[in-house]
Amino acid sequence: MSVMAGVPIVLDFTVHQGSFTLEIHQRFEAQAVALFGPSGAGKTTVLESIAGLRRPTAGVIKVGGHVLFNSADNLDLQPHARGIGYVPQDVALFPHMSVRKNIFYGTGCGASMSPDTVLRLLEISPLVDRSVTGLSGGERQRVAIARALMSGPELLLLDEPLAAVEQSLRKRILPYIERVREELRTPLIYVSHSPDEVRQIADRVITLEEGRVVESSTEHCRPTEGRSTADRRRLP
Amino acid sequence: MNFELMRVVLFSVGMAALATVVMLPPGIALAWILVRRPFPGRTVVETLISLPLVLPPVATGLILLRLFGRRGLIGQWFDQLGIEVIFTWKAVVLAMAVMGLPLLVRAARSGFEQVDRRYEQIAATLGAHPVRVFLTISLPLASRGVMAGAVLGFSRALGEFGATVMIAGTLPGTRTLSTSIYVYTQTGQDASATVLLAAAALVAFAALFVSNRLSAVGL
Repeated sequence: MSVMAGVPIVLDFTVHQGSFTLEIHQRFEAQAVALFGPSGAGKTTVLESIAGLRRPTAGVIKVGGHVLFNSADNLDLQPHARGIGYVPQDVALFPHMSVRKNIFYGTGCGASMSPDTVLRLLEISPLVDRSVTGLSGGERQRVAIARALMSGPELLLLDEPLAAVEQSLRKRILPYIERVREELRTPLIYVSHSPDEVRQIADRVITLEEGRVVESSTEHCRPTEGRSTADRRRLP
Repeated sequence: MNFELMRVVLFSVGMAALATVVMLPPGIALAWILVRRPFPGRTVVETLISLPLVLPPVATGLILLRLFGRRGLIGQWFDQLGIEVIFTWKAVVLAMAVMGLPLLVRAARSGFEQVDRRYEQIAATLGAHPVRVFLTISLPLASRGVMAGAVLGFSRALGEFGATVMIAGTLPGTRTLSTSIYVYTQTGQDASATVLLAAAALVAFAALFVSNRLSAVGL
């Protein structure tokens, strides 16, 4: 469905946490993956494991040929060495820094993207001199995505980017995320529990339920010309 | 105020400031480690740091005297280097720093406890090395607690008496505000004692005022 080359990703690991167990065994190439499922399914746990913020009990995590975690070799790269951009649900903008300082925080650490491109794509230029406390939900979201992109990540993880945004503004955030996918070609994994969002963004959908993958497919993704809204609503 | 009294006030404020500078790096490091890097035996370390809060200051002074005396565990090393600590201004700083440290660590600790780990984690995903995360995220976000701790530590240092008397004595070159007030009172120089009392009250007021201002503006 996608004309862009995907990035090879291996997510083959288990996480035990109290009575909750997450098990995922996926190998695929994709440009935009949606992790879909009800709350408590383990979606955020998957993202945190990829970002290195949570240590899986066992398994392997590879992104674009780089091994980030491999329990057999006792390899567990620190988050700062992984090159994985992560925008958590609460976006976590640094409260003691301006928008500009937030956005440029990751640029001193190696690879990074052209600020002009990122600021233009996410339409952030008018915001850069403001304090993060005065931003709206949608603005915070865009600043957080820009901050993650500016560190030049190999993969961008977005945890329910629209959850904190009012319903009426959601349609205005999605295009920004699509631009990231189309123009910057930054591969992304996108967590959502909304089928509409998932279809608009992803070229692969992985559905999680209670810590298990119940479906992983490339079907019914990314709306194509001629497919009606009604058709899309019926899908997964 | 005559020259001698002025000298005592400046010496005390200077030594207390120096003691604060000396206790800040280990105090901040200890506070951060206790909050973010739990290790076995943490409670023992916490108790040891807080000991000067509950021990009679004179007893703490005696411990320091034993440790830093010429034949003491630490003192013998200084002695080999030709550095004399006991009954010099260095002993004043040492006593002040040891007595102020527990207050600094406590306040700085609660400062670090209030820092949302999320910010540190996100900074790491942006490629920041742990040292950079500490300097740019953890420390600035905990700065209120650290500043409050520094002011508390400074105030405690300025008021320090018991441990100072034990290891620095009341020699003309090591007399602080507290020890001078004691000496002047004992020797019937009430006027001088009263002047120093006023000076002590003034400095203490200024320190508390600054501390309250800092928490009001939300540094």
